[in-house]
Amino acid sequence: MKPFAFARPGSVAEAVRQVAAEPGAVFLGGGTNLVDHLKLGVATPELVVDVRRLTSREISDLPDGGLRLGAATTNSEVAADRRVRERYPVLAQALLAGATGQLRNLATTGGNPLQRTRCVYFQDVTTACNKREPGSGCSAVNGYTRYHAVLGVPSAMPDPTAPETCIATHPSDMAVALAALDAVVHVLGPAGERTIPFGELHRLPGDDPSRDTVLGHGELVTAIDLPPLPDGARSAYRKVRDRASYAFALVSVAAVVAGDSTSERTVRIALGGVAHKPWRAARAEELLRGTPLTEHAVGHAMGVELTTAQPQPGIDGGNGFKIPLATRTVVATLRDLTRET
Amino acid sequence: MDAEISLTVDGVARRLTVDTRTTLLDTLRERLGNCSPKKGCDHGQCGACTVLLDGERALSCLALAVAHDGAEITTADGLARGGELHPVQQAFLDRDAFQCGYCTPGQICSAVGVLAEVDRGWPSHASPDLVADPELSHDEVAERMSGNLCRCAAYVNIVPAVQQAGGVQA
Repeated sequence: MKPFAFARPGSVAEAVRQVAAEPGAVFLGGGTNLVDHLKLGVATPELVVDVRRLTSREISDLPDGGLRLGAATTNSEVAADRRVRERYPVLAQALLAGATGQLRNLATTGGNPLQRTRCVYFQDVTTACNKREPGSGCSAVNGYTRYHAVLGVPSAMPDPTAPETCIATHPSDMAVALAALDAVVHVLGPAGERTIPFGELHRLPGDDPSRDTVLGHGELVTAIDLPPLPDGARSAYRKVRDRASYAFALVSVAAVVAGDSTSERTVRIALGGVAHKPWRAARAEELLRGTPLTEHAVGHAMGVELTTAQPQPGIDGGNGFKIPLATRTVVATLRDLTRET
Repeated sequence: MDAEISLTVDGVARRLTVDTRTTLLDTLRERLGNCSPKKGCDHGQCGACTVLLDGERALSCLALAVAHDGAEITTADGLARGGELHPVQQAFLDRDAFQCGYCTPGQICSAVGVLAEVDRGWPSHASPDLVADPELSHDEVAERMSGNLCRCAAYVNIVPAVQQAGGVQA
C-alpha cells in the first residue's frame, strides 16, 4: 500500500479545506470501500481526511414531515430507525439487502452512495479500465458482464479501446431507494453549501467514466434529506441476486406507489444493477400514472422503458437476461405493493 | 507515516505508534499479539476478522487503526469473564459449531453482535415484518450471520448454537 498522511481535523469546514487544498486527498467515512481500494491499489491518495466523527450522527425530523440523515449515521442505524421502518420501508429494506451486519455497522449515509463499482476489472489494477485509469480502455466489454449495465450504454459491445467506454454499474442498494424517494443531498464544498436532488448526484459515463458523481474535489456530503411521502403511500425494495444473502444485485427495484384511487395513482420506480447510476424509470412511471397496475400494463410500460437497453455479450452468456428480469422484478414489486391495499 | 494511537483491547489500555496504513486487524495480530481475529480474505468478504468495535460487530480488516484512535475493542479472546466462557462460546462447544476453527473467533464475535442487535429490535432482510420485533428463527440467524463464511460448512451447527445462546429452545 502506498504511504499516505492521515488527518482528523476539528471541523467539517476544516476537512473540506484540507481536501480541497490537496489534489491527492480523499475523505474517509466508514472506510469499507476505500480501505479495500487502498489495499488493491485502486485508490492511491497522498492524504486521507477522516470525517466519520465530524458530520452529524443524528436522524432528525424535518418540519415538513421528512427526515434528515446525518452523513455519519451508519447503515445499521438508519435501517433500524423506527421512523425509517414505518415511513420509508423501501430505504430500510434496501439497506438490509446490502452487505452484512459487520459492514452496515461501519458504512455511513454519506459514504454508501459514493461507493464505487464492483466491476472486476475496475478492481484489478492489471487490466485496462477507463474508470480507474482514464484512456486505458474497458476490459469489461465482451468479458465478464454479468454484473454490468444494459441501460445508459450506447450499444451492445461498445468499442473497448475508446476512452469513453464504461459498462460498469453502481453497486449501492441504498442509492436505488434514495433515488425513488427523491432524496436531497446536502453538500459542503470549497465554494460553500449546495443541495443536489439525489437523481442528479450520480452520472452516466458520458465522456469521463472516471467520475461517478457530479461532486467536485473537496465537496463533502453532510446530510441526506428524505422528503415526506404522500399520505397512504407504500414503498418496497426487491433485490434479485446470485445468492440469498451478501451479494450485489443483478437487478433491484425500489418502488413507491401513492394515490387513493386509480385515477390519482402515481408510481415511482428506480432500478439498480442495470446502469452506471440508479435508474429512474421515468417513461414507465409516466405510462403508469393513473392506470390500474395490472401485470400487462406494467409489462408494457417497462417494455417501453427498456427499448434503449443494450444487452452486453460476454463470458457465461453475457447480461441480456437483465432485460426480462428487470420487467419481472418491477411487476412483482408493484404487485406486492398493491396487493396489500 | 506514523501516528500514535490509544486502544483498549479486551479491557487493557494500549498505546502504540502505527503506520497510517495499518488495519485494526494487523494492529491486533502483529503489534499487540492478539491472534484471535483471523485474516481470511483481508477484503471484507469472509468475516474471520470480526471484532466488537465500540460494542458493535465490525470487520477489523477494513478499519484503519489510526481512524479508530481511542476505540474499545473486544475480541473473542476477551469475551470470557472470570474463567467462565461467554454463553456464545459455550453454545459453540455444546453444538459442535466448528471443525477447523479458523473462522470461529469471527463467528463468535459476530454472534455476540447479532444477539445484541436482536435484543434492540433491529430488523434484518429475513424479518417477515419490518416493524415487529424480530425472533431468532433459523432464517433470521442465517441471514444475520451471512457475513461469516465457514469453509468447513459448519453452518448446520452454527445456527443452532446462536439460537441456543439467544435463549431459543431448539
